[in-house]
Amino acid sequence: MDPAEGHVRLELIIDSVSKSYGARRVLHDVTARAGTGQVLVIAGPNGSGKSTLVRMVARLARPTDGRVLWKLDGRALPATDIRRAIGMVSPDLTLYDELSAAENLRFFAQVRGLSATPEFVRSLLDRFGLGGRGGDLVRAYSSGMKQRLKYAFALMHDPPLLILDEPTANLDERGVALVHDTIAQARLRKCVVMATNEPEEVRLGDVVIQLGA
Amino acid sequence: MWSSNWAREALAVLAKDIRSEYRTRYAFSAVLLFAVTALAVVSFSVSPYSLGADVQAAFLWIVLFFSAMTGLSRSFVREEEARTAMTLRLSIAPEAVYMGKLLFNIALQGAVAAVVVPLFLVLMDVAPAHPGLLALATILGTMALASSSTIIAAIVSRANAKGAIFAVLAFPVTLPGLSSAIRATTAALRGAVGSGSALVAGAAGDLRALAAYSVLMIASSLLLFDFVWDD
Repeated sequence: MDPAEGHVRLELIIDSVSKSYGARRVLHDVTARAGTGQVLVIAGPNGSGKSTLVRMVARLARPTDGRVLWKLDGRALPATDIRRAIGMVSPDLTLYDELSAAENLRFFAQVRGLSATPEFVRSLLDRFGLGGRGGDLVRAYSSGMKQRLKYAFALMHDPPLLILDEPTANLDERGVALVHDTIAQARLRKCVVMATNEPEEVRLGDVVIQLGA
Repeated sequence: MWSSNWAREALAVLAKDIRSEYRTRYAFSAVLLFAVTALAVVSFSVSPYSLGADVQAAFLWIVLFFSAMTGLSRSFVREEEARTAMTLRLSIAPEAVYMGKLLFNIALQGAVAAVVVPLFLVLMDVAPAHPGLLALATILGTMALASSSTIIAAIVSRANAKGAIFAVLAFPVTLPGLSSAIRATTAALRGAVGSGSALVAGAAGDLRALAAYSVLMIASSLLLFDFVWDD
């Protein structure tokens, strides 16, 4: 049985993608394809372009050559819907330090058209081990707690595409276990894209892009 | 599959920015401090009676213009500096970000004008001939300043010397709106163009120009913002 049965099927196509910043070429002719129920791992040493490729998959940067396509149930996603199809955790994404965790989640739930009820926010915080700390300002959070909050932000709208850049950065042992459990759950009904150098996480990949230095 | 309502998103951005501003006083304190200091220095060093209505109006709008230059860029600059801009790019339609920031800048500049204009009238010992016209010129001028400043703030927010570039870019873009605001304010202070509705009719051209300027800036900003905001 297809593990993704009953859910929207998302297909991600990375087609001959290259990226240059001025004369410096960061990525050259990268091609891969993954869909719902699969984990696409992007591995490579520091400076090899992992985060750049992740940003292009999230439509936060454009390729110099080639293209990235997102298809939902066989149809190309319009640009306006791609944003809502993506959940992302990355060191490049920061939440608002001057707001509490609950206020951050409420804000992003509102802009994503979700019902931002206190129960919804509380359940998200509980799910990621932040129950009871929702009223604290994010600036008072440790880096590990901020990383957990990013997972709540990324998964609140149940996106069919989950993008993780350095997914276990700053997390303690329990946090790492929580993330691995989240990835295991997500791969059943989502397409997961993960940029990592952790051997244990690279092994989770159904498709692996190995980038050079 | 997903519903998009950028009016709702824009209001959420506005509410978030007001909450952040309330917590940090990041922009309001700087803007208000500049405006009050400038007003106080000039009012204590120049005899109010020696200034004509046109100079007084120009002085008022110079203070409001530089207040805007001090504070209105911060709504975008803060997002870039705190690295929350990418989180917004990932989550919200560009048009909604622009409209939310525009509404916040109108509210901020409006709050500053609500303090500065009465203070100006008191410190400069000015009794406007037509307070209603002065209020209208202030409201439309505030919208003009906010509408031009918002898109320029988005453009400069990723530059290195943000403050200097912001003022340099904003001045020529804001000049037409600023000129109309000064003329309408002069008419309101002087009251020599006519009285009552005749005076309003005399200043109507400037008020229409101000309104048209804001509409033009907002419409063109909405068209351009996607390119400005995109990485």
